[in-house]
Amino acid sequence: MPTLLQTRGLTVHFRQRSLMDLVTGTRRDVRAVNGIGLELAAGETLGLVGESGCGKSTLGRAILRLVEPTAGKVIFDGVDVTAMDARALLDFRRRAQMIFQDPFASLNPRLTVGETLAEVFRVHGICPNSEIEQRVVGLMAKVGLSQDLMLRRPAALSGGQCQRAGIARALALSPDLVIADEAVSALDVSIQAQVLNLLSDLQRELGLAMIFISHDLGVVRHLCRRIAVMYLGRIVEIGPTEAIFAAPKHPYTQALIAAIPRLDQADGLPQEGLPGEPPSPTRIPAGCPFHPRCTRVFGPCEQDPAPAMRDAEGARVACHLYPAQLEGA
Amino acid sequence: MTAVPLLAVKDLSVVFRRRGADLEAVRGVSFALDASEILGLVGESGSGKTVTCRALLKLLPGQNARITGGTVRLEDQDLMPLREAEMRRIRGPKMAMIFQNPSSHLDPVMTIGRQIAEAIVFHERASEKQARSRALELLRQVGIPDAERQLDAYPHQLSGGMRQRAMIAIALSCRPRLLIADEPTTALDVTVQAQILRLLLRLRDETGLAIVLITHDLGVVAQTCDRVAVMYAGRIVEQGSKPTVLTCPLHPYTEGLIQSQPEAAPASERLSSIEGQPPSLADLPSGCAFHPRCRYAQAACRRHPPPLAEVDGHQTACLRWETLAATRRIAEPS
Repeated sequence: MPTLLQTRGLTVHFRQRSLMDLVTGTRRDVRAVNGIGLELAAGETLGLVGESGCGKSTLGRAILRLVEPTAGKVIFDGVDVTAMDARALLDFRRRAQMIFQDPFASLNPRLTVGETLAEVFRVHGICPNSEIEQRVVGLMAKVGLSQDLMLRRPAALSGGQCQRAGIARALALSPDLVIADEAVSALDVSIQAQVLNLLSDLQRELGLAMIFISHDLGVVRHLCRRIAVMYLGRIVEIGPTEAIFAAPKHPYTQALIAAIPRLDQADGLPQEGLPGEPPSPTRIPAGCPFHPRCTRVFGPCEQDPAPAMRDAEGARVACHLYPAQLEGA
Repeated sequence: MTAVPLLAVKDLSVVFRRRGADLEAVRGVSFALDASEILGLVGESGSGKTVTCRALLKLLPGQNARITGGTVRLEDQDLMPLREAEMRRIRGPKMAMIFQNPSSHLDPVMTIGRQIAEAIVFHERASEKQARSRALELLRQVGIPDAERQLDAYPHQLSGGMRQRAMIAIALSCRPRLLIADEPTTALDVTVQAQILRLLLRLRDETGLAIVLITHDLGVVAQTCDRVAVMYAGRIVEQGSKPTVLTCPLHPYTEGLIQSQPEAAPASERLSSIEGQPPSLADLPSGCAFHPRCRYAQAACRRHPPPLAEVDGHQTACLRWETLAATRRIAEPS
């Protein structure tokens, strides 16, 4: 499959200045995303996982230029997204769409479902006005919304129905890439399963490339072929889903996977878990950013700069435990 | 279980009054809990798990909600006739509650130490100094590092996991026998969730605390609970020991919930989800409230609300549980 999307050294820093900082003249940047290089093939599914504050949502938004990258490039189908003007960006967004976490907040409360979906066709001038209604009907059928919901506003819909409307809106223009940010996290288990089924059906049927952002590793495992694990704005491990679940390399990935509550874990919790909580992205520890919480920390972890990505048995991992000599040898 | 259980709830019903109509949020819920036992109360949003637990503490919101029937006995004391002043002597020393979102349940302008000490001074008539040293001990017990300094910290200075620990410390300040934990880890990351669950298990082991754990996450139930009660549309539809409920559910809703877990199906295969959505309380289906979504439903399910059938210490409110059990025997011959 040809490469659809590539990021090179993608970096997003937010400036945060409180009144106190102004007085004392300090600068504290929220370093949300720090030099991320990713590749995504057409039709591929990639899961982006990590704890809150690891930068996964910001990365997703930066790829679509919903936030402006501080540095680095996003190459979509051979074209640099970061250099696009407004017109080119509109064309790009026709091909790359987003599904948001909060199904209520991401729909206009004053528009009916039908109006929300019709707006997409109108803004992008896809078809003559006379065809719009027919398209909306087809789209709603595709995501499993019955036609009588067309005249309802979001307040009169359930969470699952709103999320289906959000998915319909993202798919209206037959995009090549969809970024789903915690798209099922707000839903109840039974509804979550319905929406997961819908997403995987549509993904296969339409050959969509999808970046699925979630803190829920179970969901990601079910839906994605490949997984990238993020910690403090960096990817620490990336590889095929099954390989990562079978033999996680990075100590952080190992801890994350061990912490998932599973149905077959009837003997209680694993004894030792990861200590502490993720530090704030305003104060990223020196050396390997994970070293203060890592159970296998040794010499280079504190002294050397953050480890670069290297190959390790089928996956790529950023950890000093896996010597860099393997690279290219 | 010949002795009197720590908590015995019988036929508890709660009604909400909204726009002139009565909505039955909890309909005849019964369960019991012994010391050192953890009961998982599972269900989707709106199933009545939180309302049930708030009713135990008589912490229902405002004028619109009232308990319409049933009894709640805690250590053989009937809580139903108690007035508010008497309930205040129960909340804290006898049972306490922790919530999903600690930030909205901690006082933002009072230090953690004072919030813990407040309850101790009120209930145990301890001096400020005694209360403070007990608060320090509690912060250490719930695993807050650098406890001495955190005593004087405000909630916003703590991380989410530490705030949840602080709320647990407040709940435990007057040594209750029963802790009601309403989705205590839902807002936390998995690694922190594991820490908090581990803490709850340790407190149970060390102090004999009984816990009602409200959760929507069956994985959390599997890791922590002794028994499970599954709620749907205000009723307990299935109740039993954790291993039997999770491995041989006798209610189609429980079975559906288990099969809806992403891990239930191999990657990139469809999950066997439950069709439709939970009913609105204003418009409950006739008979068994689950029948419109149930794959085993028959005409009888539409007519009569199913009684709670007792099968080897396992209860199920399903007319068709025998069929369900038989299907499983055919599907998985062992």
